[in-house]
Amino acid sequence: MSFAELRNYDRELRAFQLRLGVAGLAVLLAFGLLLARFVWLQVLQHDAYSAKAEENRIAIVPLPPSRGLVLDRNGEVLARNYLAYTLEIFPAQVRDFEGTIAELSAFVDIQPRDRARFRKLLQETRNAESLPIRTRLSDEEVARIAANRWRFTGVDIKARLFRQYPHGETASHVLGYIGRITSSDLDQLEEMEVAANYRGTDYIGRAGIEASYQQELHGVTGVERVEIDAAGRGVRTLPPTTPPQAGNNIRLTLDIRLQEVAERAFGERRGALVAIEPATGDVLAFVSMPGYDPNLFVDGIDPQSWEALMNSPDRPLNNRALAGLYPPGSTFKPFMALAALELGKRTPQSTISDPGYFVFGDRRFRDSKRGGHGTVDLHKSIVVSSDVYYYMLANDLGIDAIASFMKRFGFGARTGIDLEGEAAGVLPSPEWKRARFSRPELQKWYAGETISIGIGQGYNAYTPLQLTQALATLANNGAMFRPRLVSHVDNPRTGARRYLEPQLTRQLQLKPEHVAFVKKAMAGVTLEGTARWAFAGAQYTSGGKTGTAQVVAMKAGEKYEEDKVAERLRDHSLYIAFAPLEGPKIALAVLVENGGFGARTAAPIARTVLDYFLLGKLPREPRRPTPEVAVSADAQGD
Amino acid sequence: MEIAGYPLRRLRARIVEGIDPPLLAIALALSLLGLAVLYSASYGNATRVATQLANLAVALAAMWAVAQVSPQRLARLALPAYAAGLALLVAVALGGEVVNGARRWLNLGIVRFQPSEMMKIAAPMMLAWYFHRREGAIRLRDFAVAGLLLAMPVALILRQPDLGTATLVAAAGFYVIFFAGIGWKVLASLGVLALASAVPLWGLLHEYQRRRILTMLDPSQDPLGAGYHTIQSTIAVGSGGLAGKGWLNGSQTHLEFIPERHTDFIFAVYSEEFGLLGNIVLLALYALLIARGLAIAAQAATLFARLLAGAITLVFFTYAFVNMGMVSGILPVVGVPLPFISYGGTALATLFLGIGILMGIHRHRKLVQT
Repeated sequence: MSFAELRNYDRELRAFQLRLGVAGLAVLLAFGLLLARFVWLQVLQHDAYSAKAEENRIAIVPLPPSRGLVLDRNGEVLARNYLAYTLEIFPAQVRDFEGTIAELSAFVDIQPRDRARFRKLLQETRNAESLPIRTRLSDEEVARIAANRWRFTGVDIKARLFRQYPHGETASHVLGYIGRITSSDLDQLEEMEVAANYRGTDYIGRAGIEASYQQELHGVTGVERVEIDAAGRGVRTLPPTTPPQAGNNIRLTLDIRLQEVAERAFGERRGALVAIEPATGDVLAFVSMPGYDPNLFVDGIDPQSWEALMNSPDRPLNNRALAGLYPPGSTFKPFMALAALELGKRTPQSTISDPGYFVFGDRRFRDSKRGGHGTVDLHKSIVVSSDVYYYMLANDLGIDAIASFMKRFGFGARTGIDLEGEAAGVLPSPEWKRARFSRPELQKWYAGETISIGIGQGYNAYTPLQLTQALATLANNGAMFRPRLVSHVDNPRTGARRYLEPQLTRQLQLKPEHVAFVKKAMAGVTLEGTARWAFAGAQYTSGGKTGTAQVVAMKAGEKYEEDKVAERLRDHSLYIAFAPLEGPKIALAVLVENGGFGARTAAPIARTVLDYFLLGKLPREPRRPTPEVAVSADAQGD
Repeated sequence: MEIAGYPLRRLRARIVEGIDPPLLAIALALSLLGLAVLYSASYGNATRVATQLANLAVALAAMWAVAQVSPQRLARLALPAYAAGLALLVAVALGGEVVNGARRWLNLGIVRFQPSEMMKIAAPMMLAWYFHRREGAIRLRDFAVAGLLLAMPVALILRQPDLGTATLVAAAGFYVIFFAGIGWKVLASLGVLALASAVPLWGLLHEYQRRRILTMLDPSQDPLGAGYHTIQSTIAVGSGGLAGKGWLNGSQTHLEFIPERHTDFIFAVYSEEFGLLGNIVLLALYALLIARGLAIAAQAATLFARLLAGAITLVFFTYAFVNMGMVSGILPVVGVPLPFISYGGTALATLFLGIGILMGIHRHRKLVQT
C-alpha cells in the first residue's frame, strides 16, 4: 500500500465513522420521537385513554354469517345448518379448567370424549373467545345451567349454527367436511388478508366441496357494538349494527338419488365409481367406498372417532375416485384399439392368431384364457378381451406412440375437477421412468415392459376419475370437458344466480369411423362379450369394457387362481360403460377393490346404475348389494 | 478430574470463542423479556412460551454457527446467496404457491419456504460485497448499480405483495449505500425525487397496502381489520400510564381487545402492563444494542465488514422503530415484528443470524487484509 493509498484509506475510514455518527444521531432522534409519543399517550393523554379502557369498553363483536347450503342438481339439500345451544368456556377468564368442568358436570352430562375434545381444541385454537365443552344441549340442560349461571364465571350458553349433512355417509367424499379453525388456518387467512372476515367464525371447510368452495360458502361477517362490563360480559348493544350476509348456496351437478343407488350397489365392498355427462363434464355420481359420516366432524371430531377413521384398514377417509391410483387393466384396450386405428397400425380387417401366449425374447406373456381365442380381429379383440392381440399391438406401436396418444385422452394428468387433492397418476413412458428412478439400471426402459402396458398393466396407474374422463371424451367423439361438480352458485339474499359454464378443455381430432368402430365393439362386449351376463335383457344400448387390475405381480407362466389368494391380494375388478350408444347421456367407470374379474363385480354395479339413470328402475332389494353374476370360464378372459 | 478437566476447558473455550458478551447479553435480555410478555399475552398458558423457548434455542445455535465465520468467508458467500435468493424470488413470482392472494411461498415438497426472508441478509451482503470490490474507486455509477441490485429483489417482494418485508430489505440496502458514502447532495435530491414520485407510486401499490395507509389516517374506516388494531393498541399504550398496570394485569390485553397480541402487536401488551417506564427500559435496551453494533462497525477490518455491520445494526433499529411506531399509531400497520420480543421462529432466527454476523465481524476485526 502506497502512502497516498494509505492516506486515502484513512480519509475514507473517517468519512465512514462520520456517517456512523450521523446514523447514531438519527436513531436517537427517532427513539426520541417514539418517547415523545409515549409521553403524549401515557402521561399527557393517560386519563383520557384510561377512561376509554376502563369505562367505555365497547367490544366490536363480529356476527358470523350462516354458511351457504349445498344442494344436489334437483335441489335436494345435502348440507344445511341448524340452531343448537352449546355450553362454552371462555379460556381468558378461567384458570382451572378441570375444576370448572368438574363443577359443570353436576348439571349437565359431560362425557370423557367431551373433555378430550375440549382439551384438543384448547391446544389447537388461539385467540378463541370461547370453546364448547358440550354441544347440542337439551332444553332441560339449558334450563338447569341457566338457573345456576351465577355459580360460574367464564362459562356461558351460546346459540350456534351447526352444520348438518342429512344424507349421512352418502356422497361424503364429494361434500367433505368442516373442522374448527386452527392456528395454521388463521395464519393462512391472515396471509390471504381475509382474517377480519373470519372473526367470530369457528369452522372452515376441510375437504371436498366444503373446502374447495369455502370462499363462496362463508359469506360476510357483520359487526355489532356491545358495551361490556369489567368481567367482559355484554351489557347492551349499541347502534349501528352491520348485519352479516349469509354465504352463497352451491348447486351441485350430482344427482343424490343416483349417488345413493350407486353407493348401495357397492354394499360392503371397497371401490370407486365416477359417472359423467359426456356433453358437459357434469359429474352425476362420485363414489368412494367406504365413506364416512361428515356429521362426526361438525362440532370438532372427538379423538376416538378420529382414531377409528384413521386406523381402519378400509381407509374410509381416502378419496379413491379422486386420488386412488389403479392400473386400468383391460379397460385400457378400447383406447389402445383407437390408437391402432388412428396411427394406422391396424385395420378392422387384419387378424392375428391367438394361441394363448405371446413370446417376446425369452419371456412368455400369457393370455388369461387358456388356449387363446384363435383367430382374432380388432372387433373381437375388444369383445372377448384378447390379451395376445394387445401384447402384439403394444409391441408394434412402441411405448412412445402409446404414451403420446394416451396423453391426449388425459391419462396421467389431473383432470382439474373442482375438488382439492386430486392425484395425477402415472402415464408410463421412457421419460417418466428416467425422472422417476435415480438408479441408472432402473431408469432404462425395457422393450418387454411395453408389452404389459398394452393390456393396462405394468406401470399404468390412473384415478377412476381420469378413466371416466377419458371414456367420456371417447363417448363424446373427442370433445373433452373438465369434470365439474358445481353448476351454479346462488346468492340467498339477492336471489342472483351465477352459472359456471362447462369448460371444453380440448377437442381431439379423431376419425369419426374409428370412434364409431370402437364404440360398436364396446357395444359388442355387452351383447356377446365379457359383459353379456351382466347386461342380459337391458332395455337400452350401451358400450362397455370389463377389466381386471393385478394387485400382485404374477411370475411368468404362473396362473392366477382366485380362491388361493388372500382377499386383500385379489385382483381389482373394473368396468367402464357409456349409454345409450347414440348420443350418450352418461359415461362411467367402476372399480371394485379386490373384486376379482371385472365381469363379476364391477359390471353388475354399472348395470344397476345405468338401469336407474336411464329407466328410473330401482334395484329390487334396495338394502342388499348387487349380487355377483356367475361367470363362465370363457368370460374370465378379460 | 484432572484428565477430564483439560478437554472440558478446551470445549468451553471453543464454545465461547467468537461470542461477544455485550451483544449476547442484550439480545438475551430482550428475548427473556419477550418470553415474559408472551406468557401474559397467552393468558398464562405456557405452551406458546415453550415453543418460543425452543425457537430461541434454534436461533442461538444459528447465531453461534455464524459467529464462527470470518467476514472474508462471508464475503465469498455474498454473490451466491444473492443470486440464489433472486432466483428463488423469480421462482416464487412464476410458480410460487399462492396462499390465496399473496404469492410468497415456495413449496419445496416438505418445507414451505419464504425466499424474501433470506433477502433481509443476502441483499445488504451483496451490496457490501459490491462496494468492497470497488473500494477506493467508488463513483456515482456504482451507487446506481447498487440501487439496481437492490431494486430487483425489493420490486419482486413488493409484487408478492409483502410490504413489511420489502420495507426491511429496502432499508437494509439503503443503509449499505449510505455507509458506502453516497454524496449528501445526491441523497438530498433523491429524497426530493422520492417525495415527488409518491403520487405515481400510489398507483402501483396494492389495494390492501393503500387501505392500510388510509386506515392509519382514519382508523375508524376499518373497524374489524387494521383500523381496529390501531385503535385498540393506542388505547392499550395510553391506558398503561407511567408505571403500567402490572404484569398479567393489562385489561385491554386480557379482555381480548388486542388482536395479534402474540406477534406484531405484542408491544401493546408490554406497554399496557409496564407503562412508560417499561418503554424507556425497552428503548434503552435497543439503543444499547444499536450502539454496540455501530461500535463493531467502526472497528471492523474491511469495507465489506464495516458496511454489513452498519447495515445490520440499522435494520435492528428499523424493526424496532417501525413496530413501536405502528403500535403507538404514528406509522401505518405493516407486518413488521418487534425484534426479539414477538412470537415467531423465522423472525427470531433471522435476527440472531444478524447478531451472529456482527459477532463474527467483531472477532475478526484485527485481521489485516493483504
